Amino acid sequence: MTVTIHIPTPLRPYAGGRDTLASEGRTVRDVLDHLLGEHAQLRPHLRQDDGRLRSFVNVFVNDRDIRDLDDEATPVGPGDEISIIPSIAGGATTTATELPELSHEEILRYSRHLLLPEVGPQGQRRLKAARVLLVGAGGLGSPASLYLAAAGVGTLGLVDFDVVEETNLQRQIVHGTAAVGRSKLESAEARLRDLNPYTHIETFGTRLTSANALEILGGFDLVVDGTDNFPTRYLVNDACVFLGKPNVYGSIFRFEGQASVFATPAGPCYRCLFREPPPPGLVPSCAEGGVFGVLPGIIGSVQALEAIKLILGRGDTLVGRLLLFDALKLRFRELKLRKDPQCSVCGAHPTVTQLIDYEAFCGLVASPARAAPEITVQELAQELRENPKLVLVDVREPHEWEICHIEGARLVPLGALPARLSELDGHQEIVTQCHSGQRSLRALEILRAAGFPHVRNLRGGIAAWAAEIDPTMPSY
Amino acid sequence: MILPASVLDAIRRRLEAAYPDEACGLLLGVVDGEVRVVDQLGVANRRAADGAAARRYLIGPADVRDATRAAAARGLDVVGVYHSHPDVPPHPSPYDRELAWPSFEYLIVSVRVGRADEVRAWRLRDDRTGFDERPVMIAPPGRPAARSRRGSGRTGSPTG
Repeated sequence: MTVTIHIPTPLRPYAGGRDTLASEGRTVRDVLDHLLGEHAQLRPHLRQDDGRLRSFVNVFVNDRDIRDLDDEATPVGPGDEISIIPSIAGGATTTATELPELSHEEILRYSRHLLLPEVGPQGQRRLKAARVLLVGAGGLGSPASLYLAAAGVGTLGLVDFDVVEETNLQRQIVHGTAAVGRSKLESAEARLRDLNPYTHIETFGTRLTSANALEILGGFDLVVDGTDNFPTRYLVNDACVFLGKPNVYGSIFRFEGQASVFATPAGPCYRCLFREPPPPGLVPSCAEGGVFGVLPGIIGSVQALEAIKLILGRGDTLVGRLLLFDALKLRFRELKLRKDPQCSVCGAHPTVTQLIDYEAFCGLVASPARAAPEITVQELAQELRENPKLVLVDVREPHEWEICHIEGARLVPLGALPARLSELDGHQEIVTQCHSGQRSLRALEILRAAGFPHVRNLRGGIAAWAAEIDPTMPSY
Repeated sequence: MILPASVLDAIRRRLEAAYPDEACGLLLGVVDGEVRVVDQLGVANRRAADGAAARRYLIGPADVRDATRAAAARGLDVVGVYHSHPDVPPHPSPYDRELAWPSFEYLIVSVRVGRADEVRAWRLRDDRTGFDERPVMIAPPGRPAARSRRGSGRTGSPTG
């Protein structure tokens, strides 16, 4: 006896693309068996291995559920219409052990990982499920993001608000020459997408602040800190402690680098190591002090390595150890770190229990020194022409002087200044100058403390001079 | 899968409203080589009745039947299903796989702390051994969707 079967959309590809089929039989079971005889590919989607209908397959005879009739024994006759109707169900992963599958393409791509018993399919699936946030897409973030994406981390978040500059390219290898002038996020995203289209990139084109840090970090499993300043470093540390997310720390200075893993439940945090930031200006930034280009490649790669080990749960991580690297001596050392029970953030009785104003904490808000008298490059150009007695003191290093200097300036490197004060005449007008205006501010403080009454600081340093006054001068 | 931005917005709003529970609905559209979603239809999560809606969703057969008929009247098919994963990544769980239908698009939206976050689409393999990820092309309003580029369906960034 011929009956009509309505095939639901998802099963049509297994039924010759048809939405209705004619089948035969006296009962629902007969009809379905006849159908499966003709379209064997339907079987795994309709019946379980034991032959029973899958629980989410519903069969209706003329709009009545066969569960309310006689199940598969329900009799059918000519003209009856049988509808297979799906229930649709599912739900979120309930435990961390339930991990995403790898596609065939991913299995091929990650084969050298899969061959390692320490990674294997399970570890690779962990990587795919992982969400890692990189704070900073610069020197450290470049190699870290490249290796994390290549390794198959499922989601990478990037926080940065800078644009790519020529001076970045000596070390920030995620960016290329064509990206100069573009946002670092766009540039990094394009490169990482090309490297691994299976990694999802989430971008946050903003400065990380106390107002947004918990929300941004909260969406990730762990944080790779590639920041270049103390306020953000303390902010990342504190936010990681509050959120219970591991903080994979790295920092670089000229030829030396550090790395560790902070803010794990048992391990120390950055504040256990450094309770307070150094006074502003004591540690020059990369822009002031320079940095050896390969160094962030090594430290950033160590950060990627540690992040991956944390995700895999394999090996001995840098929790409780501070790795110190000296590129010139090519020497790795390590210090044992202990969790400080008195730590103001992660100790037994924390005094800092929410995010604070990190600019103020690091002494970077307006201070008397900030209000020091300044002179712009335009004013300086004019005064140099009109006042032959004006003394311009360049406090940079001799090798910087070699790159460029302002005609008529005197070179007195900042470190030598206190010993060479006698060379300067206290009655003259003095302008201190460095690369961008930070070191010359310290020089101004030294001079004022020594009793020099007429000292001004060149705002923006020789970098501003090259940009605005002398286009023939190289920028660095 | 080509998904109009307006439909995705409606889906995100619906799933955010249901947070911390899972919510679900059907994707209506046409299949012409490419799966083109035209509209979405929110459907009640039948697991709310047994208190399991925090981790499970169920669209009952009567809802599917009614939705299929209503879609057919508009020249559309039920081409897939969407649901939320509250506070976990939008990857299909083993439970999702066990119960999945082939050739449906499974759009999963991670909703973190009440905000719709990452969106990914999946399709069950013919042999039911797992899901393969599917590219999602978000079609901006007023412009016909261009060819899909892998990964262009990312909508996870709050900053765009």
